[in-house]
Amino acid sequence: MSNYMVNLKINNIPVSVPEGTTILDAAKKLNFRIPTLCYHEDLSVAGNCRVCVVEQVGARLLQAACAVPVSEGMEILTNSTKVRQARKHIIELLLSEHRADCTECYKNGNCELQDLAHEYGVNQHLFIDLARKRNYTIDRSSPSIIKDDSRCIRCQRCVRTCDELQGVSALAVAYKGDHQKISTFFEHPMFEVVCTNCGQCINRCPTGALIEKTYIEEVWDALNDPNKHVVVQTAPAVRIGLGEVLGYDPGERVTGKMVTALKLLGFDSVLDTDFTADLTIMEEGTELLTRLKKALVDKEPVALPMMTSCSPGWIKFQEHLFPNLLDNLSTCKSPQQMFGALAKTYYAQKRGIDPKNIVSVSIMPCTAKKFEANRPEMRASGYQDVDYVLTTRELGLMIKQAGIDFMKLPDSPYDSIMGESTGAGVIFGATGGVMEAALRTAYEIVTGREVPFRNLNITPVRGFEGIREATVKIEGCLPEWSFLEGVELKVAVAHGLANAKKLMQAVSDGTVSYHFIEVMACPGGCLGGGGQPIPTNLEIRSKRAEAIYAEDESMPLRKSHENPEVHMIYQEFLGKPLSHKSHDLLHTHYKARKRY
Amino acid sequence: MENKLKKVDLIFCKTCQDDIEVVRKALQRNPDEIINEIIDSGLKGRGGAGFPTGLKWKFARAQQSDIKYVVCNADEGEPGTFKDREILDVVLTTVLAGMAIFAYCIGAKEGYIYLRAEYNFMLNKLNATVEEFNKKLKDLGLSFEIQIRSGAGAYVCGEESALFESIEGKRGEPRNKPPFPTVVGLFGKPTVINNVETFVYTAMINHLGAARFKELGTQDSRGSKVFSISGDTPKAGIYELELGMTVEDFVKEFGDGDTKAVQVGGASGHCVPRKKFENTIIGFEGIPTGGSMMLFNSSRSMYNVLKDYLEFFTEESCGQCTPCRVGCQQLLKGIEAVKRGERPASYLEELKKLAQSMRIAAKCGLGQSVANPFISIVDNFKEEIIY
Repeated sequence: MSNYMVNLKINNIPVSVPEGTTILDAAKKLNFRIPTLCYHEDLSVAGNCRVCVVEQVGARLLQAACAVPVSEGMEILTNSTKVRQARKHIIELLLSEHRADCTECYKNGNCELQDLAHEYGVNQHLFIDLARKRNYTIDRSSPSIIKDDSRCIRCQRCVRTCDELQGVSALAVAYKGDHQKISTFFEHPMFEVVCTNCGQCINRCPTGALIEKTYIEEVWDALNDPNKHVVVQTAPAVRIGLGEVLGYDPGERVTGKMVTALKLLGFDSVLDTDFTADLTIMEEGTELLTRLKKALVDKEPVALPMMTSCSPGWIKFQEHLFPNLLDNLSTCKSPQQMFGALAKTYYAQKRGIDPKNIVSVSIMPCTAKKFEANRPEMRASGYQDVDYVLTTRELGLMIKQAGIDFMKLPDSPYDSIMGESTGAGVIFGATGGVMEAALRTAYEIVTGREVPFRNLNITPVRGFEGIREATVKIEGCLPEWSFLEGVELKVAVAHGLANAKKLMQAVSDGTVSYHFIEVMACPGGCLGGGGQPIPTNLEIRSKRAEAIYAEDESMPLRKSHENPEVHMIYQEFLGKPLSHKSHDLLHTHYKARKRY
Repeated sequence: MENKLKKVDLIFCKTCQDDIEVVRKALQRNPDEIINEIIDSGLKGRGGAGFPTGLKWKFARAQQSDIKYVVCNADEGEPGTFKDREILDVVLTTVLAGMAIFAYCIGAKEGYIYLRAEYNFMLNKLNATVEEFNKKLKDLGLSFEIQIRSGAGAYVCGEESALFESIEGKRGEPRNKPPFPTVVGLFGKPTVINNVETFVYTAMINHLGAARFKELGTQDSRGSKVFSISGDTPKAGIYELELGMTVEDFVKEFGDGDTKAVQVGGASGHCVPRKKFENTIIGFEGIPTGGSMMLFNSSRSMYNVLKDYLEFFTEESCGQCTPCRVGCQQLLKGIEAVKRGERPASYLEELKKLAQSMRIAAKCGLGQSVANPFISIVDNFKEEIIY
């Protein structure tokens, strides 16, 4: 932004802002909120809903405040009669083509159109109802996302999200005029297109046109079935997001209250995905060292850089767009799926429960996890390893349905077994976290010493820059790892699939060389996942990240290999990392999919 | 009363048609001199919006950029307009000369003609002429090459920024303004886009001088203009007429004796009823037009005329902005509902307010101009809409 200041008046109040500032932002500076719908801080400006129009004194046309930059001497009225009339009309027009049976809508109470309709006291029936007369399709083909065109207001936030943040463009605008709609390649069902199920579109949809497929009723049924033993796992990022659905400001850590609430809901065992995150580090860290040994010592052809495989949106993205790099993916399943495979084997054996009576539920910040749980690869236990995946938002809703006064709950610890975790497991929820956790463990395995970063905080891999890289020089190796002596381990981290795409293109082209790459499909990592509370923006994601790292620092154990339950499972069940049993239960392979 | 209507023959006159010669002479002049002459001539854009052509050129010349573009808007999609087709067919080289002179003025190396999809039948012939002309420009030492891009059939692509999007291979949707095309246009570079006819007049002004052009027309509407005349007229066709005549003058010449209304400026223009013929000037001081003049006699239902226009806009809205996408549908469904008695006659007043909102809040000229036919027809032919 320029240093040159522009002077203007908004509602007769003078203000001075840098050249290039939009009217919207200038008004914000004076504490005037101009309503918006198609505008989203994470996205480029569209200027198509027109709700933000304001009057520029002397101009024939109203100006879209989100799109028009200020100019010297401009006089803006944000609430004149002309503006109010146009704005009301626009909201009324949107309502006329929107199926506004709000009480039946999943987004009731968290809908930007509903808020505006209320704020402007619009007459919903001023215009002719266009929504009911159309043959709208509701696409329920995806196990993750429901796309309901009857609630779509064509703001195109989803289109820009899918393109600009994710580089996927599964959603695009089709047709024109009254037939214009948001659709997919040749209008194929969502399940059959390049959609990664990341759910970022859901996070930015102002209405109920894009929502997650909910499994709340199925979970209630399981909880109320006396013959079922219902176990639940909670992903790292849920504990720092859930509070937002239940009355807290962003960045509140509610781990203990969440565990209490889950017990009150009737789950038989409340366990932690962080446990299998730690286990992932053991498996994936060993896999990385094995690949490095093959490359450096045995001189065998081996796929490097190795890439993380925790994020199911990212996995499907690779299957569609970079099938040439599938061998680079770690064979480790995601922590959710490791947990699922173990819940119906190890856990079942130890607790003496027939796995067919176990219902395995996971609470995820993610919609792609719903898809992942349904993948045919994910039945290592002989059953579907994870039965139902609920988002952070769905859990919030269940807690509300149960009438639990969440804010007043005491803290409870996780149950055992598979409830123990370390700070390394927690930071899986932030971009760079898997990398940091892996480095904490791998470095110590190789050298016998802690990573040379103050307080174990590997800050170069943290933060929100789209692609980050770091180099860790390995020195003072233990004898069996001497082949790594002096090696500069080069790592990269990307979050948001548009960034991943750039990085993968560079890897494909051979213009970069790394040993290990972490990719998370969602901006900010899982803390910004498609199943997290709505709204989202950089500020909210930053607060969640602070909470994740605070949670890490508060843990007595912060390195995955120190998790006592991880030791126990290797002793009692798996043997050692990459053992035969590990391979059967915890590892898998993926295959290429079509590009559209 | 004397009929002030005057037929002119500047554009299609074959006596002065060595267009390469016109370009050659222009290349010997200073670009500022050429631009000043265009400014002096008072020429305004012939696509309908009427922006002073010389000023547009001046702005584009002032832009610092290594790449600039000249674009000729041949997406002649306005219902009732067909004069660009004739111009392209008959005097394409004059259009190309106008583009070349302009390219010389601002330092553009590439030019595009955006041809509406329905005119693709002319494509082979046009391409051949363009290719030949490009060669001649090269021989003159002017580094400027023109190519033709074909549209895909969307009316909205006649809107300049949507047209750029379309040339760039994207979905044809209007952009936010500012920035304007002279600053950020095609492929993000400073671009001047003019209507086919405007380029011809710039070439003619170069050839004949601003004074000849200024002899014609009025203070606000200099020169002559090519009109596409259709509807209830025994003389349908293309005519070049001096600007400044009244609708009355026009109807005397072209009407069938029973004209009850003239739609000036196509579907997106204004409807002038008989009682206003006398006092309505066709030009920028009255009702501007891109050239379409549709005459309706008393056998026509103005309800059907309006319904037809609204159906057109409902279909041809790009759909991105709310006022246009939904507004057009509501205006259409609204008059249908009033006609059927499902809504009271007073609902037309609500719809007029809506049209006013569309006029000031829609993103581009398409949505903004739907109010023109709607309000002018509803106001002047209310009984026909209701009963």
